[in-house]
Amino acid sequence: MRRASGPDSLLIIVPAYNEEGAVGEVVWEIRQVMPEVPVLVIDDCSSDCTAVVARVAGAEVLSLPHHLGLGGCVQAGYRLAYELGYQYVIRVDGDGQHDPRDLPAIFEALRESGCEMVIGSRFLDGPEQHTSFLRGLGIRFFRLVLRPILGKPVRDPTSGFVGVNRAALEIFSRSFPLEYPEIEALVVLQRKAFRFAEVPCRVRPRRAGRSSITALKSFYYIIHVLLGVFVNVLKYDGRPRRR
Amino acid sequence: MDRLLNVVTLLSATLIVVVLASLRRAHIRVEYSVSWLAAGVCLLVLSRAEGVLVWLAGLLGIEDPPLALLFVSFSVFLLVFYRFSLIISELKDANITLAQRVAILQYELQALYEKGQAQKAG
Repeated sequence: MRRASGPDSLLIIVPAYNEEGAVGEVVWEIRQVMPEVPVLVIDDCSSDCTAVVARVAGAEVLSLPHHLGLGGCVQAGYRLAYELGYQYVIRVDGDGQHDPRDLPAIFEALRESGCEMVIGSRFLDGPEQHTSFLRGLGIRFFRLVLRPILGKPVRDPTSGFVGVNRAALEIFSRSFPLEYPEIEALVVLQRKAFRFAEVPCRVRPRRAGRSSITALKSFYYIIHVLLGVFVNVLKYDGRPRRR
Repeated sequence: MDRLLNVVTLLSATLIVVVLASLRRAHIRVEYSVSWLAAGVCLLVLSRAEGVLVWLAGLLGIEDPPLALLFVSFSVFLLVFYRFSLIISELKDANITLAQRVAILQYELQALYEKGQAQKAG
């Protein structure tokens, strides 16, 4: 991986765990859309050929020595990006659900809006896409919870299609929620008086494999995230919110 | 009451012996054995010194001294578990940081190696 150069240096990170069936195509699609931008796949100690497939598709691979879970995996990418001097990082999931054709819009919003975080939102344009009834209910619930905390509505708080600038990268490379990071990350940024914006994006069905989220895990997810949000609200450092 | 106190004595003595044996075999580190030894000694003393137990029961407003012993046992082990939760959390954080650092170093090492190979070939 070359060191970052220029004020608009962008790195695309792809956290992946046992995604050999999808990650190659994800990398290939990203390279079609943004051929000049380096792609880093973070392999969360997969037991299949995720790392090899990603390398063959043209990505750099950061291989974790043991399974850390999504948050630890994404944070490893943020750490490396920060140390290499990148100004912007966009995360694309390795299961193929995020459409890389939306990358330029997220990147442009990051540069133009001055927001520290830009979320690719499934719900800004038209009906909700590829979301189960239960998940949709959970998203609505967290919208309500987050509204007073963030001081503005967020349409898709569970989206993993997220871009951050260097200021957020610095924070996340030091401190990042380790399990179910998307919602807590928003509150972490809020504590630092950072801003976020949403841009519409498309979401597709998984290319391969199965989601690991079961009914029991969904319940645990809600409890865990609520607790995480609550703890982060308690940690709020009291600085005035920037508009 | 005597039977319960004897059982607690036996259990706390067993706990102390098991922890000491584990220490001897280096299965547990000294700093992590302290909580268990302190809990064992505390329960051993309370189960053998009836006067202390009765005084403690009066202090806690519990009429039945064996119930006070159960309450104290529960509280002591709760403290021990809490302490270990803190230690586990700290170790997990350190472990994640370490794993990420190892991955980054390995990645940089590989990049240097490939660069060296390319220079050799060129």
